[in-house]
Amino acid sequence: MAHAIFFYIFSTIAIISAIMVTASKNTVHSVFFLILDFISISCLFIMIGAEFLGMIMLIVYVGAVAVLFLFVVMMLNVAQQKNQWFLSSQSSGHIPFGLIISIVIFFELIIVIGGWKYKPDLFYKVNSQLNENISNTHSLGQILYTDYIHVFQISGMILLVAMIGAIVLTFRQRDGVKKQSYIKQISRERSEGVQVVDVKTNKGVSLDD
Amino acid sequence: MEYISLIFGEVYKILFLLVPVLVSVAMVVWLDRRVWAFVQKRQGPNVVGPFGLLQSLADALKYIFKEIIIPSSSNKVIFILAPIVTMTLALVAWAVIPFSQTQVIADINVGILYLFAVSSLGVYGIIMGGWASNSKYPFLGAIRSAAQMVSYEVSIGIIIINVLLCVGSLNLNDIVVAQQNLWFVIPLFPMFVIFFISALAETNRPPFDLPEAEAELVAGYQTEYSGMMYAMFWLGEYANILLMCAMGSILFLGGWLSPIELYPFNLIPGAIWLIFKILFLFFLFALVKAIVPRYRYDQLMRLGWKIFLPLSLTWVVITASYLFYFNLLPIN
Repeated sequence: MAHAIFFYIFSTIAIISAIMVTASKNTVHSVFFLILDFISISCLFIMIGAEFLGMIMLIVYVGAVAVLFLFVVMMLNVAQQKNQWFLSSQSSGHIPFGLIISIVIFFELIIVIGGWKYKPDLFYKVNSQLNENISNTHSLGQILYTDYIHVFQISGMILLVAMIGAIVLTFRQRDGVKKQSYIKQISRERSEGVQVVDVKTNKGVSLDD
Repeated sequence: MEYISLIFGEVYKILFLLVPVLVSVAMVVWLDRRVWAFVQKRQGPNVVGPFGLLQSLADALKYIFKEIIIPSSSNKVIFILAPIVTMTLALVAWAVIPFSQTQVIADINVGILYLFAVSSLGVYGIIMGGWASNSKYPFLGAIRSAAQMVSYEVSIGIIIINVLLCVGSLNLNDIVVAQQNLWFVIPLFPMFVIFFISALAETNRPPFDLPEAEAELVAGYQTEYSGMMYAMFWLGEYANILLMCAMGSILFLGGWLSPIELYPFNLIPGAIWLIFKILFLFFLFALVKAIVPRYRYDQLMRLGWKIFLPLSLTWVVITASYLFYFNLLPIN
């Protein structure tokens, strides 16, 4: 009973905030709604007993990815979106593409959910290998690091390549940037920094540098 | 009906935890100022009450009666939400802190991940406050703080992995029990030092208090806040510091375990030991504030990404290979 109430509360918040992500005119508000969406989805994860996934969802998406989203949105200064949603001539060109993509995603979801409904053993086959006595994290680790170790490693490599690619794309050498070299600073001796000169009266002194 | 009584039982337990936490936050502010003053050969707050102990209460009273000013060009909803978020997140994390084997509100399987997640959410209060103020200094402070907290979270996460390798469980009580024979501060001492410094950066304490560097940014993200809303930021900040101290004492200093397993020390309850350890770490926090000058921003980033991250990653490899070679891996 209580479980159902909480489920409906969290899923309602998730759906409403997902709609608000696209509907709100202020982009920063959209990101905040996205964060609310992530949080309520991680609550749903915890409710079905996948506590590890729920926490990882919070740490990775809310703690890191959404912060970067906010960062970009705030820095680009696109806080106020002036044109009307769907009505302006500029954005209406995107509507066909958007429709096609959403139809594709919709049918994919139907296939997935339909498969779950009509072929339940497809899903519970994987589940049956798990031991009920050990914790969520433990069982996830046991599958991930034994049966699927190669897939896991390859996905890690793909992420690494993507990271290096992003760094290579944005890295540029600029001229005239003064850099601080810690080793140079620390290894400086007194003899290099100070020069004692005998100044003669009325002659002055000339330093060559 | 029984559900309602269950909820009331939980609320009772939560109040029993949160009221002492809030009171100790106020006391700890006094301790911080006092330690800071003694290092600088001053007296610090010593007028209100015995030894100035009631100074924080007087300050709180002052904040409550001050007018709350909301800038007309600010984003009002988010502006008001920001201190609430900071305060709530700082308090919500205390649910999983074990004060003894049984004295814990939620003894969950993924306790340490929960702590990590909540402390990584803490950045939102600051970002929201800085952005909603619609003013230059708060915004710069918020951007700085977001970058700083995200960078130092990475090294804290990897340090936690170090500890977890030795424990084999994400439960906080298991982490404490695993230190029965040897506190992790001894085998993982370099990680403890890095954790302490990262905790300073994560809670925006000096020498990493760049988000509110008063010489450059007035007061950073808090510039536009006044009255009780400022006080909530302030309380949330100190609650976060205490939380980081609690995390440090659970991960490295043996949590509620007694340091000496002998007769008179056994009688002292675990909660007292945990509080002592938290206060010890907080004393170090206060000392650092008094004796260290502020970092420059690029130095801060360099320290986080180029020194702490490789060092802690290397230590993960060392710990894992040591445990593997000597067959000490905790497999259950």
